[in-house]
Amino acid sequence: MRLTRLWWWIVFIVGFLYFFLPLLGTFEFSLGHPIGPVRATPTLDYYASVVGSTAFWSSLGYSFIIGVITIVVSIGLIMPTAFWVRLRIPRARPFVEFVTLLPFVIPPIVLVFGLISTYSHPPFPFTYTDIGSTALLVAAYVVLSFPYMYRAVDTGLQAIDIRSLTEAAQSMGAGWTRILLQVILPNVRVALLSGAFLTLAIVIGEFTIATFLARPAFGPYLSLLGQTKAYEPAAVSIISFGLTWLAMILIAYIGRGSRTRVAVTGAR
Amino acid sequence: MTVAALRGAPEARPARRRFGWTWLGLVPFLIFATAFLIVPTLYLVVGSFKNAAGEYTLQNYADLSQPEITNAYLTSIEISLVTAVLGGVFGFLLAYAVISGGLPGRFRAGLLTFSGVASNFAGVPLALAFVFTLGRLGFLTIFLRDILGIDIYDNGFTIYSKLGLEIVYLYFQFPLMVLIMAPAIDGLRQEWREASENMGASSAQYWRYVALPILMPSILGTMILLFGNSFGAQATAYQLTGGTLNIVTLLISRQMRGDVLNNVGLGYAIAMGMVAIMAGTILIYVWLQRRAARWQR
Repeated sequence: MRLTRLWWWIVFIVGFLYFFLPLLGTFEFSLGHPIGPVRATPTLDYYASVVGSTAFWSSLGYSFIIGVITIVVSIGLIMPTAFWVRLRIPRARPFVEFVTLLPFVIPPIVLVFGLISTYSHPPFPFTYTDIGSTALLVAAYVVLSFPYMYRAVDTGLQAIDIRSLTEAAQSMGAGWTRILLQVILPNVRVALLSGAFLTLAIVIGEFTIATFLARPAFGPYLSLLGQTKAYEPAAVSIISFGLTWLAMILIAYIGRGSRTRVAVTGAR
Repeated sequence: MTVAALRGAPEARPARRRFGWTWLGLVPFLIFATAFLIVPTLYLVVGSFKNAAGEYTLQNYADLSQPEITNAYLTSIEISLVTAVLGGVFGFLLAYAVISGGLPGRFRAGLLTFSGVASNFAGVPLALAFVFTLGRLGFLTIFLRDILGIDIYDNGFTIYSKLGLEIVYLYFQFPLMVLIMAPAIDGLRQEWREASENMGASSAQYWRYVALPILMPSILGTMILLFGNSFGAQATAYQLTGGTLNIVTLLISRQMRGDVLNNVGLGYAIAMGMVAIMAGTILIYVWLQRRAARWQR
């Protein structure tokens, strides 16, 4: 018995080291690589240089705004659809579910390949303009959010009696917009917020789609920085890890008490 | 007969018309999905059957047998298999260690939170983190060389290789396994172990005849998910190897940038091959999920 516990400790420590060492290595690099050949004294200069650069803030700001727009569009599409399917056409569920799961079958690289091939020439020349490319980027991110957003909302709707809520609201004279925004939405806000923070975490770090649409997003910025600078990318990676951490903590905090769901978000 | 009388009579509703109107509620979603998911995919499907002159042909699919392309597929499949199996096995052990291995209780919450973060810490920053750690001048590389006297790069190791990419992918693979397996391990009921012990089963027999058969569909199903997760990954591999490693996602990237092949239709066919493999993995996953559901309440 003691021997098996020792074995589980070893498993845990190996796992811990594997998780922890890359973070330590990145952190050490972000301080100017003090154990490297130059034996520099640890410094916070690279954080200062990153935080002081406009490219950092403009790309982060761009990705943040794209993330927020993606969340609004995704919720605006998914919530009424999931609601309607549950309320009126339950037999459409397998079909809608199938469509929302398609992004798992079509990896981001294939999706962006298809989008560019379809929308880079008349009759729909999206990529000719900046605003068109940005719209295409948002559309792609909304598609990527389908699987977990639909499942989150659908699970949220399952937990409440939407039929009674809808009938009660209707008998008091509420229209569909009011029902969705003031009756259903507050009841599924936990699911929506988890989905929203997950979307934000994914969109802010996304690289593949943003780079092929030539968008000034955070992922391509960090990628380019990684190819041109030595220590700044480490500082940005640490910041990026902190942002992911923040999003996950918020999700865990919002979802406390409810059954935790695994969010599988697809390949990157 | 008056209109009022007609209204009062119970009337069989024509199913057809109802069907038509309620389905309208799905229109916004369907239009969006069609425009930005279905049509782009169909564009690739149709394009994969056309040659440069726009004539229909099967040549693009025949051309998939070029060595560079088959090698890319094989390398992608190999990396995905290796990381799915290793990530699956180690993720399972780790989840089991914190749930039933007698480790302090708070390790469990810590590991699950951290797994949530790590499984989403993919792409560019992850690749960079490993370069900083196991690259030529990485933290661990220098530590091993200066303190332990082992120069891993002199021994043929490099992070910018297939092996390196596998090590990097595992960073998001096994946290995902931990996250998905934890509820399944929680679902193993104490009564099952007690019952088998009462009948004289050893710990090994309990695992062989009770626990593993119950968990196996979840384990295999999750491994398949991990396979797809690594098969479709592009950003991590691009950042780590500068886009040079010959795997399918990077081959498509090079094709899109116009570096190779110079045949758009062939690029579409390569993408279709990816979609076919992903579809296959998801189908197996769905089938295994159905089996796994038998043991859940």
